[in-house]
Amino acid sequence: MLTPGLYHILFISTALFFIGMYGFFARKNLITVLMSIELILNSVNLNFIAFNKYLWPNRLDGVFFTIFIIAIAAAEAAVAIAIIINLYRSHQSIDVEQTEEMKY
Amino acid sequence: MTGTTIIFYLLALLTLVSALLAVTSRQIFRAAIYLLFTLIGIAGFYFWMQYDFIAAVQIIVYVGGITVLIIFSIFLTQQAGELLPKQKMGRQVFAAAAVCCSFALVMLQIGQHNFTVTTEQPVAPTIAAIGEKMLDTTADGYALPFEVVSILLLAAMIGCIVIAMRPDNTLTTEQTI
Repeated sequence: MLTPGLYHILFISTALFFIGMYGFFARKNLITVLMSIELILNSVNLNFIAFNKYLWPNRLDGVFFTIFIIAIAAAEAAVAIAIIINLYRSHQSIDVEQTEEMKY
Repeated sequence: MTGTTIIFYLLALLTLVSALLAVTSRQIFRAAIYLLFTLIGIAGFYFWMQYDFIAAVQIIVYVGGITVLIIFSIFLTQQAGELLPKQKMGRQVFAAAAVCCSFALVMLQIGQHNFTVTTEQPVAPTIAAIGEKMLDTTADGYALPFEVVSILLLAAMIGCIVIAMRPDNTLTTEQTI
């Protein structure tokens, strides 16, 4: 029971996912919301690697999904930060509730 | 209790505690630093599972790239030393309750599920194996998703430049040259 295995890693990734969800619900600042998204994506990556290691060690599919998720997360973070900086320039605020229209 | 077990629990402690602090800290810069430690902890898990290449990618892209990007955007949009506004208590309580209930539900499902392990010969996740598979054009290969991700990264790069450009009316001809 104490020896770490698949279930332990699934526990950690589930906990990370829901910590990210909590940040998503409880925070209003766009940058902290983006940080929560990064936590959620990382928990998914951890899941893919754990499944690859413990359930299908004869294949490499989990590794590839993780690599592609990391690449897409990097693109997503860059676009999100461009939007946030542009939003701050036009609204002087990056609070979710004060930026109801995104047009400038 | 062997060494690997102790390392696993230390990594779990580091990851979960710093993740919790990252979503609850009211100083946004500290939250970013806690996020950094969470990402390092996850890279540690990849090392612990002996997926060295993924761990290296995680450290390069997340720890070295995305966190620095987030810290830069904090510097550009936040006043130094200013605390984030306090949220309503009710919202926090509801968020925590919803998250705890969903966590319990998911863990219950995971506990009841019986995972079947394959009996085939394992493949070591070496860089050579990953690289061969990545550029393999047969049915099992990942050449097409690789190209699609390349296009996506290019599109994201151009999109970032377009979004972050100043609008034309504030731009004089002297500034463009």
